Amino acid sequence: MAIQQIFSPLPGIFYRKPAPDKPAYKSDGDTIGEDDTIGLIEVMKSFNEVKAGATGKIVRFLAEDEDAVMAGQPIAEIDV
Amino acid sequence: MTIQKLLIANRGEIAVRIIRAARELGLATVQVYSRADKDSLAVRLADECVDIGPPQASKSYLNRDVILAAAETTGADAIHPGYGFLAENADFAAAVEAARLIFVGPTAQSIRLMGDKVAAREAAAAAGVPTIPGSGGRLESPEAALALVKTIGFPVMIKAAAGGGGRGIRVARSAKELHHLIPQAQAEALAAFGDGGLYVEKLIEGARHIEVQVLGDGADVIHCFERECSLQRRRQKVWEEAPSPSLTPAIREKLCSSAIALAKAVHYRGAGTLEYLYDDLSHEFYFLEMNTRIQVEHPVTEMATGIDLVREMIRIAGGERLRIRQDQVHINGHSIEVRINAEDPAKGFMPAPGTVTALNVPGGNGVRFDSMLYPGYTVPPFYDSLLGKLIVHDEDRASAIRRLDRALGELNVEGLATTKPLHQALARDADVRAGRFHTAWLEPWLASHAASLAAAQAVPATQILPTTARESAPSATGGQ
Repeated sequence: MAIQQIFSPLPGIFYRKPAPDKPAYKSDGDTIGEDDTIGLIEVMKSFNEVKAGATGKIVRFLAEDEDAVMAGQPIAEIDV
Repeated sequence: MTIQKLLIANRGEIAVRIIRAARELGLATVQVYSRADKDSLAVRLADECVDIGPPQASKSYLNRDVILAAAETTGADAIHPGYGFLAENADFAAAVEAARLIFVGPTAQSIRLMGDKVAAREAAAAAGVPTIPGSGGRLESPEAALALVKTIGFPVMIKAAAGGGGRGIRVARSAKELHHLIPQAQAEALAAFGDGGLYVEKLIEGARHIEVQVLGDGADVIHCFERECSLQRRRQKVWEEAPSPSLTPAIREKLCSSAIALAKAVHYRGAGTLEYLYDDLSHEFYFLEMNTRIQVEHPVTEMATGIDLVREMIRIAGGERLRIRQDQVHINGHSIEVRINAEDPAKGFMPAPGTVTALNVPGGNGVRFDSMLYPGYTVPPFYDSLLGKLIVHDEDRASAIRRLDRALGELNVEGLATTKPLHQALARDADVRAGRFHTAWLEPWLASHAASLAAAQAVPATQILPTTARESAPSATGGQ
């Protein structure tokens, strides 16, 4: 087991939910698969899914819903 | 002029455009900005600037209270909303007036009326302006839809009453398809919008998008002729021109008169645009909607008529009557605008925020570049991808297209991908040169030209000398 980070692939606004009235894709403690979506990044009005990229468990999110993020910024910590 | 200090409640190229017009009128300017726009050209150009919050538009450019507070703090007496954000928000316009400030635009009542699709359509019909045959309001059953289609004919579009932006639209070409699609569309509309209401409209295939620019002072209205904006991708205009290459003088006269009739009927004040679909086979036009703001593509009208629309709308807001009579408005030559977006045409128009490492702005006779760029500027990822607009004017359409191609060759934005290669390919396309297009023309063209667009992007951008301070100065980017 090791702690890894998931980085934002793009700069923009990070969303943890697919829509404002929907539940979050993932919560702290959830198990994740490599292809699971953990959030969205809005870049210039286009929405891009952020994939977990590894199998494991989410330790905690480092970016909150609607946070402005930079490309390469860590957005979640995972235990793989 | 009752306005002395104008606050610009917008960003990007339109904020720069408004500051320029205000300065020519001798007004002081206040630029509000989100923290992502601290280094923007508009902030650099304005006399004063006010931080209105974090990058997210919902917390800054859409935050009415913070914007009104900025006006109060700085002593601004008028607010120009630009386009997008709060420009067509009737409540904001009303709040501005309630704060005893001037809203540079129409009355809240006009914005509300024209923002309601059904009410706008009724106002158009009452003014004798043709609208697209359809149900007008919502339909309650497939049987009601079928009865309607018996009178208007196939093909028809089924739209969600609560939808917008092209979402949930389906096309039916027969009664069988209609029966099949209506329950589907109802279920989808209910899931997407919480409202299963539908309406049905005749589909005008191969139609062009033509819009009429108007200027009103609340009593009198003039038109400044039309723009054609048929080249669209995902319902976003990419290339606009004035005049339309497809109208005869007689139809132009009829179209512009209809726009005047509707704008007069609603006592329109400020700059506005009436959008139409035009079927060049039947020569019929149909009113779509009215945009109660200055539009992105206003410069083509400015170049073709010589009227400074932004300056005029500020004068009108300041209490002046229209200074231009209809018989003084003429089209001179031809003007084309292309949108330079931070998108990569070689990669499916993927957004491309980033830092401008070098910039060369085209110049010469009949060339105008309205933009927010300067060398070293970092384009933030939080807003739309429009970087600027390249506008050309020449004696006729063929010359304007050659001039556009020449100017695009001089334009060099390094550090991020732009839509320049798309416009170069369009300027050289035989159909574009012949004016043979409609609103559904560009997307299939993009699909069939994907390979050549990818190759165009790979070619080094320019053979122009390295940027010098003089060439890249923001002050060299305007002018008409």
